[in-house]
Amino acid sequence: MEMLLNTVAKNQLVFAFLVIGAIMFVSYRLSDVLTKGRLHGSAVAIILGLILAYVGGSVSGGSKGLSELPLFAGLALLGGAMLRDLAIVSTAYGVDLSEIRRAGLAGALSLILGVVLSFAVGAVVAAAFGYTDAVSMATIGGGAATYIVGPVTGTALGASSEVIALSVAAGLVKAILVMIGTPFIAPLIGLNNPKSAMAFGGLMGTTSGVAGGLAATDKRLVPYGAMTATFYTGLGCLMGPSVIYLVLLALTH
Amino acid sequence: MIIYGVALLAACHLAGLLIGSALGAALGVQSNVGGVGFAMILLILGADWLRKTDRLPKATEQGVLFWSAMYIPIVVAMAACQNVVAAVSAGPLAIIAGVGALVICVSLVPILSRIGGQEAPLPPFSAVEA
Repeated sequence: MEMLLNTVAKNQLVFAFLVIGAIMFVSYRLSDVLTKGRLHGSAVAIILGLILAYVGGSVSGGSKGLSELPLFAGLALLGGAMLRDLAIVSTAYGVDLSEIRRAGLAGALSLILGVVLSFAVGAVVAAAFGYTDAVSMATIGGGAATYIVGPVTGTALGASSEVIALSVAAGLVKAILVMIGTPFIAPLIGLNNPKSAMAFGGLMGTTSGVAGGLAATDKRLVPYGAMTATFYTGLGCLMGPSVIYLVLLALTH
Repeated sequence: MIIYGVALLAACHLAGLLIGSALGAALGVQSNVGGVGFAMILLILGADWLRKTDRLPKATEQGVLFWSAMYIPIVVAMAACQNVVAAVSAGPLAIIAGVGALVICVSLVPILSRIGGQEAPLPPFSAVEA
């Protein structure tokens, strides 16, 4: 037993391949047997991954899901930002640039609307819960954008650590809901072509949410959604502590 | 050789992130602005140019396609590393803010995708891939 654990510990990434392979196998079977393929296997796999992340996080008390357990540490490398971004870039292979150019205006508009509306919703909710100062409203609004924009905005404006933690939590709720919910809402919002995927990526913004949600819906949409989503966090970090804070400051005075 | 394809992908990835970091620094933002997007455009243009000059054999292509096929497994690994506990145990403020932003933005997808004419849906999946 110790020899087995030792071998795994020295081959974390290889073990992660095995674990994910097993999750994929089980998920595609469940998709066939339980939903007759209506809920795509990749969607089941992502939901299963999130459940395992919950279990791992509860057992370990850490913040990185299943990869907090030493046995599964390799998942953090396989599912980390480095390989995730490499794989996202590779999906662009074979994409038609004219497709992206044609949806450029919709993509750019979706980015601005996505950032501004998320901040607005977050700020209104923050105010409803008694956080009526511009700094807290901007920080929680940033969290409603993504779990990176929130802390970046909060740090820049000097928000309290309690408010920053709330903003991260809001961003996590959004990212995870996008991952799970996208395949279910896709038919309702016409998310089945490159242009709607670009609008979706810009409006949602959360890279992990969009990456997971589109993977579960239709892998061919991934490059288009990722293309706009990749600008979102930067735009949010740019607008949060500046324009949006100033607007909130004017409104609260 | 397959490694040429992987190297092409790696070069585009790094160059794109570098552009994104430079743009972020130029704008005074503590974040990468669009790095993955720039990397994707570089890969599209680079592969197109290599194909036109007949320097993109099948093996090279396989080096890129492998990572494309690994996309969903990698995303599943990413899902397994999320801080789901924090999201589930978040208080009402965080949940309402996250859900509210999601609902309002999702409802705009059909409106924005109509700009410049509606697009036809992609053809249904034929073969199971990835």
